Amino acid sequence: MDQFTTTIGQPNITSILFFFVFITGTLFITYFAAKKSKTTADFYAAGGGISGFQNGLALAGDYMSAASFLGIAGLVSLKGYDGLIYSIGFLVGWPIIMFLIAEPLRNLGKYTFADVVAYRLSQKPVRIAASIGSLMTVCFYLIAQMVGSGALIHMVFGLPYELAIVLVGAVMICYVLFGGMLATTWVQIIKACLLLTGATALVIMVMAKFNYNPVELFAAAQAKYGDKVLAPGGLVSNPWDAISLGLALMFGTAGLPHILMRFYTVPDAKAARKSVFVATGFIGFFYILTFIIGFGAMVLVGQDVISGMDKGGNMAALLLAEVTGGTVFLGFIAAVAFATILAVVAGLTLAGATTLSHDLYVNVFRGGKANEQEEVRVAKIATLCLGVLAVVLGLVFKGQNVAFMVGLAFAIAASANFPALLLSIMWRRFSTMGAVFSIVTGTTLAVVLIVISPTVWVSVLHNPTAIFPLKNPALISMTGAFLAGWFGSIIKRDERAESLYPEQKVRNYLGVSVE
Amino acid sequence: MKKDPDAILNSTEFKALVARQWSVSAVLSIIMLGVYFGFILVLAFDKGLLGGMITPGLSVGIPIGLFVILLAWGLTGVYVYWANDKFDSAVNAIRQSLRRD
Repeated sequence: MDQFTTTIGQPNITSILFFFVFITGTLFITYFAAKKSKTTADFYAAGGGISGFQNGLALAGDYMSAASFLGIAGLVSLKGYDGLIYSIGFLVGWPIIMFLIAEPLRNLGKYTFADVVAYRLSQKPVRIAASIGSLMTVCFYLIAQMVGSGALIHMVFGLPYELAIVLVGAVMICYVLFGGMLATTWVQIIKACLLLTGATALVIMVMAKFNYNPVELFAAAQAKYGDKVLAPGGLVSNPWDAISLGLALMFGTAGLPHILMRFYTVPDAKAARKSVFVATGFIGFFYILTFIIGFGAMVLVGQDVISGMDKGGNMAALLLAEVTGGTVFLGFIAAVAFATILAVVAGLTLAGATTLSHDLYVNVFRGGKANEQEEVRVAKIATLCLGVLAVVLGLVFKGQNVAFMVGLAFAIAASANFPALLLSIMWRRFSTMGAVFSIVTGTTLAVVLIVISPTVWVSVLHNPTAIFPLKNPALISMTGAFLAGWFGSIIKRDERAESLYPEQKVRNYLGVSVE
Repeated sequence: MKKDPDAILNSTEFKALVARQWSVSAVLSIIMLGVYFGFILVLAFDKGLLGGMITPGLSVGIPIGLFVILLAWGLTGVYVYWANDKFDSAVNAIRQSLRRD
């Protein structure tokens, strides 16, 4: 295949057109959603009126970030098989959510997972600790998304980085501030449909060149770059590293606040379960598509061109779109990537704002006594503050290597949020002290260990060797969080919490309160 | 509904419900964890195994990776099928009997 000259980076009419249609359409939806969003239940959970299938698409929309679309396609295009290992890690957390926490989350909580952890424990200390875990997860994830989006928009559309960040921030704040969960959910649904359609179209265009036979495509890649692209490479070499990363991906998914709060947008447990099934199916399908897109880019675009444009390979899918469908198709895929970014940051901001208003303001600061209007007002102020913070953080971290922050967000979610959630559901003796110990230990270990790990200590801070050997801290930080939860519960028992356990357990299974 | 939670907790029906839910969840979770970490450990310890070629263009690892993805989806499907039918009817039966008493 000859080298080709790309138009990426120049203003693309199709792309701008699609983009405006998307923005206009979603803001229109936000306008209607705003009329329906009056109460806290509307703002946090769309009044529980989303269907199981819709929520499944929205969950998939929340989870399929631009990083996983462009990043994993790029990883596959440069490393081959290794990219699939990453995708699988991101998928296998979903069944765990379903089997272990879907029922209790649904039956014991109202808007956030902290509702469940604090169900029978002392509200204030537990809510404060849980908020720290939640907000850290949301913030690190948000920084990674904002910085990635600024760089992406700059590269694709030629817009200045700062303008791109401000634009993303402003539109996202509009969605969440005015439309709450209802608008955010519809933005996610539209984005998920666009992303799945775009990726499917891209795959069909690639497969058309290989007689619709994936094996022919892989064989072409093998002929061009050797057997190594179809075999596992350097991504998983140290077994401890592999297990630690696996734990972070698997249990981190089950501790992401913006995913967990989606369980409250559906009317009942049946719909909640159905939505996890739908989401897992779409996400799995999407990862299979990105695998083929990656190989398509490897063969049809070529690794030199891909890595010449961006070392991490982030432009692979876009280059492939241009090679197979010209500038019009490139424009469509680029607009889809932009929509993807907007939707993901909106979901994160809403989750963060809910933590600030529902967990911190109402249940800690006001001791659970705040009326509807006051809570909605605080939630909106929190949205505005978080949105502005996201923009500021996006500007501050410009040009920094923030790829590790996604891993860190998953590590904190797996270490701070998941153990406390699981222990509070399963263990009668779990006490307030245990919960606080567990969350604080999990968060601290995750952050400290990742700083002294090869991921930050060597790759970001350029020290010669790392103090902590594993690239992802979850193996140690998650174990530490469970041990701390046990230790805290042993040294300080909580008799009130223990006496409330039967009531909690009945409600956990039957979904009704008996006292 | 005014009821002593301890009495419900110790009733045969509730105990059976909990035991059944727990065994379904535990078995499905163990299958998922076992398959995923098995996959990761094979990758870490024996790269050659998954890198072996079935035919040109198809290494052993590709269908296995695809299998893990489909399994994850399939297992959630099994759980939904069981919970939305069997589990929910058992839950409803207990709720009904609580209302009657």
